[in-house]
Amino acid sequence: MSNSMSDSAQTTIPNDSVGIVSPQTHHFAQAIKLECGISLPEFDLIYETYGELNAKKSNAILVCHALSGDQHVAGYNSADEKKPGWWDAYIGPGKPFDTNKFFIICSNNLGGCKGSTGPMSTNPKTNKPYGRDFPIVTVKDWVYSQTLLADVLGIKKFAAVIGGSLGGMQALQWAIDYPERLAHSIVIAAAPKLSAQNIGFNEVARQAISSDPDFHDGHYYEHNVIPRRGIKLARMLGHITYLSDESMRAKFGRELREGKINFNFDTEFQVESYLRYQGESFVDKFDANTYLLMTKALDYFDPAKDHNDNLATALDKTKARFLVIAFTSDWRFAPERSREIVKALLDTNKPVTYSEITAHHGHDAFLIPNKDYQDVLYSYMKHVEASAK
Amino acid sequence: MKPIRAELRTIASWIKPGSRVLDLGCGNGELLSYLQENYQVTGYGIEIEQNNIVASIQNNINVIQADIEQGLTGFEDNSFDYVIMTQTLQALRNTDEILKEMLRVGREGIVTFPNFGHWRSRLNIMLGHMPVTKALPNTWYNTPNIHLCTIKDFEDLCTEKDFKILQRSIVDRQHRNRTFNAFLPNLLGEIALYRIQKSVTNP
Repeated sequence: MSNSMSDSAQTTIPNDSVGIVSPQTHHFAQAIKLECGISLPEFDLIYETYGELNAKKSNAILVCHALSGDQHVAGYNSADEKKPGWWDAYIGPGKPFDTNKFFIICSNNLGGCKGSTGPMSTNPKTNKPYGRDFPIVTVKDWVYSQTLLADVLGIKKFAAVIGGSLGGMQALQWAIDYPERLAHSIVIAAAPKLSAQNIGFNEVARQAISSDPDFHDGHYYEHNVIPRRGIKLARMLGHITYLSDESMRAKFGRELREGKINFNFDTEFQVESYLRYQGESFVDKFDANTYLLMTKALDYFDPAKDHNDNLATALDKTKARFLVIAFTSDWRFAPERSREIVKALLDTNKPVTYSEITAHHGHDAFLIPNKDYQDVLYSYMKHVEASAK
Repeated sequence: MKPIRAELRTIASWIKPGSRVLDLGCGNGELLSYLQENYQVTGYGIEIEQNNIVASIQNNINVIQADIEQGLTGFEDNSFDYVIMTQTLQALRNTDEILKEMLRVGREGIVTFPNFGHWRSRLNIMLGHMPVTKALPNTWYNTPNIHLCTIKDFEDLCTEKDFKILQRSIVDRQHRNRTFNAFLPNLLGEIALYRIQKSVTNP
């Protein structure tokens, strides 16, 4: 199904990779009612899996992706693919999320642009792409849709639900909404809700997209254009918030591309060139409407709001054991934000372990190999393994 | 830290089974792990060192990475039956504040520390040197122990802060409670263990 290795790729694919993987799509012929009140008459979820599901179906791990992530979390979709999945450093045989021990699933969230039903999909009512008419989706909706996928795969209870950033919020929501369906919740570089500053950044990104003349109120597909400038700007802005001041200084400093100042508005500093490249390469990989939806899902995330704004009350019914991880230089979702989650868990006497990893990569640290971080995951995953037995 | 293993038994004997415990500076999580397995205790360890976080996870305890010098602001008043701090007191900057925090968060506190009043330390100083003993193995320039105290000093602090001493055990390094320790504890005891409580008059 997922981890067969093709002959031609054997020379380039490392031994600790899951190898060549292909996504699968499940079509749900049933309607799904979303938190916003609107229903989708039918929908698809695309997902990848790695490792083998055991006979008891007790060794499944669900990985939740972040804002611009997707189902391709590890391995290669083809022998020609230059880069592996987005969390390949942590998923594979012998890696912290060990595919020799666990059956790992990652699905593209509803509203996404990588194969799950989203704004680019055809609206059955109009036979045109949904575009801006795609309903607002929330973290709660994603979690619910993932329970339906788990049902299809015969998984009653996940050994762990894991995610970083927005994915970490999803892992938290899982523990709140379906306490019986996961043994561990691993919440990495997340927050219990967004701050005004976080929402502010998201709003600038949304404005960049929606003010692009090629946006056409979200129906740009019909005009055969994409709001390139908008997505590019949104990504450039986002990228700055994923890095730390320190890591940007280390990577670029004030280095000039031509070694001297030219007194013009061309790309002079290396950091400008880097951000432009990051923005540009994102344009053809990601859909603008999906970007808008994902940032909204982030803004709306606030599990405490249904519990008198008390996170501890929201977490009171959870049954999972929690591992919360934050990174010292992350200012997008700073360690203080993870400590709010930890405090709420302590207040209700829930089992929680918290590690604050020293790392200078900023928010992106959760994706990057780091010995301390790996050691914490390796040692914690032994307990996940024990509950998967 | 060999002494801790022996300390376990004394501390465990002071703890009611099934209690809720917070272990400050829990190291590799050995104590909580022991209490969980043998006394149905639940709780958390707090630790700052990354290697100890990993070791605590391996020992299957709930560990929170934090600096106890920053206080225990994440914890509500009286949210634990016991707050324990073994062999850490002497290495803290804000020793008296942390003791107060312990007794705010816990109904009782259990503290252990090396007794600086032990005759070997005194002898060392009489001979003109900062003590280097088996209970205090570091030299003056690299010791983490910045607030060493004697049994008398600690009890004076308890009086001053209105902490009530509920139980005391003065032992040697092998944690033998020798009879002569009872006569001249401050001279003959190497390790001091206390169970304390905030006085009712001064909540």
